[in-house]
Amino acid sequence: MATGVFSSGRAKISERTLRTDRWWLQPAFTVLVLFSFIVYATFRAFENAHYFVEPLISPFYSPCLSTGCVTGSSLLGQPLGVYHIFGMMISPSLFILIFPLGFRLTCYYYRKAYYRSFWFSPPACAVAEPHSKYTGETRAPLIMQNAHRWFFYAGCVFNVILTVDAILAFRNEHNQWGHMSVGTLVLLANATFLWLYSASCHTCRHTIGGRLRNFSAHPIRYKLWTYVSILNHKHQNFAWVSLFGVALADLYVRQVSAGSITNLYFF
Amino acid sequence: MARKLNLRIWRGNSVDGGLQNITVDANEGEVVLDVIHRVQAEQMNDLAVRWNCKAGKCGSCSMEINGKPRLACMTQVASFEEDETITLTPLRAFPVIKDLVTDVSFNYKKAMEIPAYEAPANLKPGEARMQQVDVERSQEFRKCIECFLCQDTCHVIRDHEENKKSFAGPRFFIRIAELDMHPLDTLRNRKQKAQEEHGLGMCNITKCCTEVCPEHIRITDNAIIPMKERVVDVKYDPARWLGSKIRKRDGIL
Repeated sequence: MATGVFSSGRAKISERTLRTDRWWLQPAFTVLVLFSFIVYATFRAFENAHYFVEPLISPFYSPCLSTGCVTGSSLLGQPLGVYHIFGMMISPSLFILIFPLGFRLTCYYYRKAYYRSFWFSPPACAVAEPHSKYTGETRAPLIMQNAHRWFFYAGCVFNVILTVDAILAFRNEHNQWGHMSVGTLVLLANATFLWLYSASCHTCRHTIGGRLRNFSAHPIRYKLWTYVSILNHKHQNFAWVSLFGVALADLYVRQVSAGSITNLYFF
Repeated sequence: MARKLNLRIWRGNSVDGGLQNITVDANEGEVVLDVIHRVQAEQMNDLAVRWNCKAGKCGSCSMEINGKPRLACMTQVASFEEDETITLTPLRAFPVIKDLVTDVSFNYKKAMEIPAYEAPANLKPGEARMQQVDVERSQEFRKCIECFLCQDTCHVIRDHEENKKSFAGPRFFIRIAELDMHPLDTLRNRKQKAQEEHGLGMCNITKCCTEVCPEHIRITDNAIIPMKERVVDVKYDPARWLGSKIRKRDGIL
């Protein structure tokens, strides 16, 4: 039975959309960028090499918690052992990536991006989606989107760790403090972008003050809420910038670790 | 300076209809509604179109212009290319009555399902007082002109007629949010109702409602997502739920 824009009683129009602009451009671009990131991140997560070179560590491998981690790369110790599947060692990256991945997967902005681009639900505004049924986020697995705040909390812990990594990068390759390199800037930029992405998050906005009924009774939280709201306007931008930041920071560390490039020191 | 404008106007009723091509004069500074009125006066005297204020404040002339939900009175003819054909259709999420006029009574039924503001029992009429910061928050939602463009573009009902029973739509999520954020409202189960009766969980945050809103209300960021987070507080966050039971924090849950 016809449903949606083809339902009985609605204007008889055979086209799924009458939009004349290039509405497909945005979802196509989103697919291209996100898919590229997924391919790169998957490759790096499984590569299990070139993720640490004093004093730099890749954000994909920090904190490195396995006894299989490279010496010097484990900021928080090595509570996990070395495990194998089908004779292959499980990369230390796989133990931790679920948290930042979960944060981005359940993020309100990324939900918009991938529901539109990957699931065509809908592909663009006023463009009919191809699915015959729709239940939204009311049942499994999409009801798990409501766990976003837990991933937000975990994401903040990771931000602290990556900030410490950036501070540790003010050392040279002999662990002496008071030095600064291009790698330091790369890790600092990555940590900054991640903090901006987290601070602009809708869950952060809610936690800071959004859940209040009565702003006037909580003036400090109200003030903080206004600041977070300003950042929240740019959440989409921070989502993309921080995604590129993580990938580029990892790429930089990889290239330095592999010896392809030299980490240039300013002092 | 006058120009010739090529239009494709959908004409018909709930049983049948189709797009008809027409060429009409358009003067400098005119909006699409002006041109429709000229078509009515000169070429299609029985063309049905709903309109009222011609100032973007009544929400009557909602239609789809080149496939996008828009107000005809706020769409400048000059925003289209000289050789562009402009396609005008009724809102495609609602049953059509005639030509460009749709039956939007679905929205009025949904409006009646939203529980009204409940004043504190100890306040007499005229005694309620609110601080400006609390008023400002819901003021944005009060800008709604009920054009129902957000309802029209929302794919939950636009693409799934069967969801109309269980989904109130973005216009009414801002109404629920406005009431739930009201410091004096005493009804305490709006979040649960929003999720269980008005279908808040069906929204998947595609932000189309925000994109089409002629009043630029940030429907998704300021109403729907905050309401989703409030629902998480009471339904999906055991820590928050436990905290509310222990500390009995009124005004949050």
